[in-house]
Amino acid sequence: MKIEVHLWSGLRTLTDGLEKVEVEASNTGELLDALAKDYPALVPVIEAGVSIAIDGRIIATGLMEPLRPDQEIYLMQRLKGG
Amino acid sequence: MALDDRKDTDFKFVGTRPDRPDGHDKVTGKARFGADAHAPGMLHGAIVRSPHAHARILRIDTTKAEALDGVKAVVTRADFAHGLSGEFGFVLENVMAGDKALYDGHAVAAIAASSALIARDAAKLVKVDYEILPHVTDVDAAMAESAPILNSSYADASVPEGLHPNVVRYHESGHGDVDAGFAKADLIIEDSFKTEATHQGYIEPHACLATLGSDGKGELWCTTQGHWIAQKTCAALVGIDTSQLRVTASEIGGGFGGKTTVFVEPVALALSRKANRPVKIVMNRSEVFRATGPTSSTSMDVKIGMTKDGTITAAQGTFRLQGGAFPGAPMEFSAMCAFAPYALDNVQQIGYDVISNRPKQAAYRAPGAPMASFAVESVIDELCKKLGLDPIEVRLKNASREGTKASYGPRFQRIGLVETLEAAKSHPHYSAPLKPGQGRGVSCGFWFNHGGETSVSLALSEDGTCQISVGTPDIGGSRASMALMAAEVLGIDYENFRVTVADTATLGYNDVSHGSRVTYASGLATIKAAKDAVNKLCKRAAAKWGIPEDAVYWEDGCAKPSGANAGNFDPIPLAEITKNMGSTGGPISGHFEATPEGAGVSFGTHIVDAEVDPETGKTAVVRYTVIQDAGKAIHPTYVEGQFQGGAAQGIGWALNEEYIYGEDGRLQNSIFLDYRVPVASDLPMIDTVIVEVPNPGHPYGVRGVGETGIVPPLAAIANAVSAAAGVRLRHLPMSPPRILRALKAQTRED
Amino acid sequence: MKNTHVTTTINGDPVEYLCDTRETMLDVLRDRLNLTGAKEGCGTGDCGACSITVDDRLVCSCLMLGVEAEGKKITTVEGMAEGENLHPLQKKFIEYAALQCGICTPGILVAAKSLLEKNPNPTEEEVRFWLAGNLCRCTGYDKIIRAVMDTAADMRGAS
Repeated sequence: MKIEVHLWSGLRTLTDGLEKVEVEASNTGELLDALAKDYPALVPVIEAGVSIAIDGRIIATGLMEPLRPDQEIYLMQRLKGG
Repeated sequence: MALDDRKDTDFKFVGTRPDRPDGHDKVTGKARFGADAHAPGMLHGAIVRSPHAHARILRIDTTKAEALDGVKAVVTRADFAHGLSGEFGFVLENVMAGDKALYDGHAVAAIAASSALIARDAAKLVKVDYEILPHVTDVDAAMAESAPILNSSYADASVPEGLHPNVVRYHESGHGDVDAGFAKADLIIEDSFKTEATHQGYIEPHACLATLGSDGKGELWCTTQGHWIAQKTCAALVGIDTSQLRVTASEIGGGFGGKTTVFVEPVALALSRKANRPVKIVMNRSEVFRATGPTSSTSMDVKIGMTKDGTITAAQGTFRLQGGAFPGAPMEFSAMCAFAPYALDNVQQIGYDVISNRPKQAAYRAPGAPMASFAVESVIDELCKKLGLDPIEVRLKNASREGTKASYGPRFQRIGLVETLEAAKSHPHYSAPLKPGQGRGVSCGFWFNHGGETSVSLALSEDGTCQISVGTPDIGGSRASMALMAAEVLGIDYENFRVTVADTATLGYNDVSHGSRVTYASGLATIKAAKDAVNKLCKRAAAKWGIPEDAVYWEDGCAKPSGANAGNFDPIPLAEITKNMGSTGGPISGHFEATPEGAGVSFGTHIVDAEVDPETGKTAVVRYTVIQDAGKAIHPTYVEGQFQGGAAQGIGWALNEEYIYGEDGRLQNSIFLDYRVPVASDLPMIDTVIVEVPNPGHPYGVRGVGETGIVPPLAAIANAVSAAAGVRLRHLPMSPPRILRALKAQTRED
Repeated sequence: MKNTHVTTTINGDPVEYLCDTRETMLDVLRDRLNLTGAKEGCGTGDCGACSITVDDRLVCSCLMLGVEAEGKKITTVEGMAEGENLHPLQKKFIEYAALQCGICTPGILVAAKSLLEKNPNPTEEEVRFWLAGNLCRCTGYDKIIRAVMDTAADMRGAS
């Protein structure tokens, strides 16, 4: 299914100016794979580590979280702490 | 994750304040920290460090050192793995320089000898020929066109064209239209701020004891926030398989983020392999300052527009962080945390990660957030002053709530910022009269918190007691919290538990004790592991009674039949079941392995009163109150301790602590006498208020509390000092000379 | 290098050792006598984690040479409890959570005991200034100061 993903605006230069893209995915792992496939310039960003927020719940690393089209999905930089 | 064992009220053990299980060992000197280990035949290591900020290493001559009696091994970069890339590559380059020394204190060689004195003498005999290169240590200077290039290959694809190669990463985020937002403002303030680098300042220097044989099997004892990451990193750096290196975490004498990586550990392993003897390395304080992770220093611009009634119409921030000689300065966290406390229609934040000739920055408690908060909350304070508005009312008016679109993108789930602000407003501190020469400051702060890979194992003993193995080093009383949560599930007293921080061979992978994750993630895992054991206990009772498993439930430490239909049986206490568990199906243990993804963000509000002496420029913090959302405080005394510790470190950062580099690029204050952390006579009592707005992602509502407490102090104190001194302070630390300069500059302006 | 023979008393026990004249008392305690309760946080007398008493005087053992112990009476954190009974300060530190990581705790306990022996009724300010040579990075000192004040009150009540 089509999932709408909000990107952080710094990624615009890697996605032909888009801050919001649509990809085919049913979970977080598929979403990252689809982003990498559709926007190859994002590969180093994804490899450097990203997190995904699903309706405000921040998934730091999980690739198996199911997604639905009605959810608000944000790509974020990978969280770490002290 | 199913939260079937969710519980918000009626706790029996959670929320009490028992003695910590490791207290006795720690007050008697028995607890074994990093430097407290010995091994038969042990050698002592010493490290040769660069005295130059930036220099090409032309030749390392170790002949004289090797000729000294008692010297058993010398290693240089050639003795480590080759061809590493990514973070492992950076860490290796940092623990042992390759072609270039990149900062004052960068390791270039190491010695193992039969005594610490001989190792130290031998280190002085290593002759290194350097070609000195131009250096840069300031973040703005490192971005300037004329700056020397440290490494032209570090910049990634995110960096816009036209920037200096020292700018290695770029972040930009936000939403709305800031120009349109500023157009609606009645008052816009735009200002620039700087903060100097500080060190985590843990009292225990890095230390380890390593054994590695030519068979590729090793043992490592070290002080670390995460022994699995140490295992993984060290194995890669010395070129062995991860599972062949068993790492045991010592008691840890403070970390605060600085012990989330390795420094001396791979060096000791390489020396041990070469000498075929155990090798111990203990850093001295100067090495800790010169070569282990300080924070980033920053240069920041913040612009905020506000209407007369206190509504923020737009906010914009640029955060430039130097993170030493390698990529990784947490500028994206500065950017994402900066405006997070506020519900903003128009916001934009930009971050630059800049390399310079300083040690590789390491995480420090909410990395990146305190500095950004200082800049943002200072501007908000100034706006409140100019518009004649109450700083807490303005923050309440703009506060992020559940459903608010965060400055970094997604919507907030249940959060407790408003509750902390309300508590601040009604706290007696906020309405207490100030004496002449004193000023009051407030600030909010935000941090994300983290989950991470977590494995917990819990084994019942025949006598009905319980051993819990966790993989997160106990940096502030977490053993007590684990035992409390397990007691809550099993329904037996706290004293029945023994909690052990297990080594890497005993338990599955555990992420580092960082990101305020221990009570959240290891706690969640402990609850789930205890629940797993409870299910097995119920099963044994069901078998004994000859009823279905689901007709048995667990309450008050006993298996009970669930209602009349299940049958009329007397409850069986835990110890009755474990007594003969070996012959009723085998030992009973509970396990949990997962990566919990519901850490739940956290907010705090601090109030501080400061008094500034206009003659000397010295600031005294006279009253301090920390108010923070803990979700649910498992052991409230240790939660208070985290609040107080965060505030104290923030006070040091705001008023005293800074890395001072000379023109020669060398660190000038590498001992505690010159790098002055707050001492007992510098501080007042630190009052705390624990707000509890449960985190929906934890069975008992826990939010991490370790990091958020260091986010508000920098700004809160700067606001208090600015009020007391009558002049805005824009550069941390606000040391006496800086305050005097600001007072003088203001007099000239007047 | 020729070592020096030293005869001294540590926590009430007669002790003899050989040490290099460059070794500090802290090195000797930790590396030669396996008394690792005293910690090295700085090696320059700034952090107090190595606090011991020498003839009842509070000293940073990193600033004293091992050979200087000759004929002296040394006490360390290991000598604080009497048999299985913890010193009241030790008990109170646990009860008040006056430690988080615990690395500064041995030094602070030795220093606080020394304070209470000299001044059984210190003010908060006196406690803060006495302990100003003992760095703690975890607690913000709040619970440490309270633990020392309350122990002092208890000990006054008991005597």
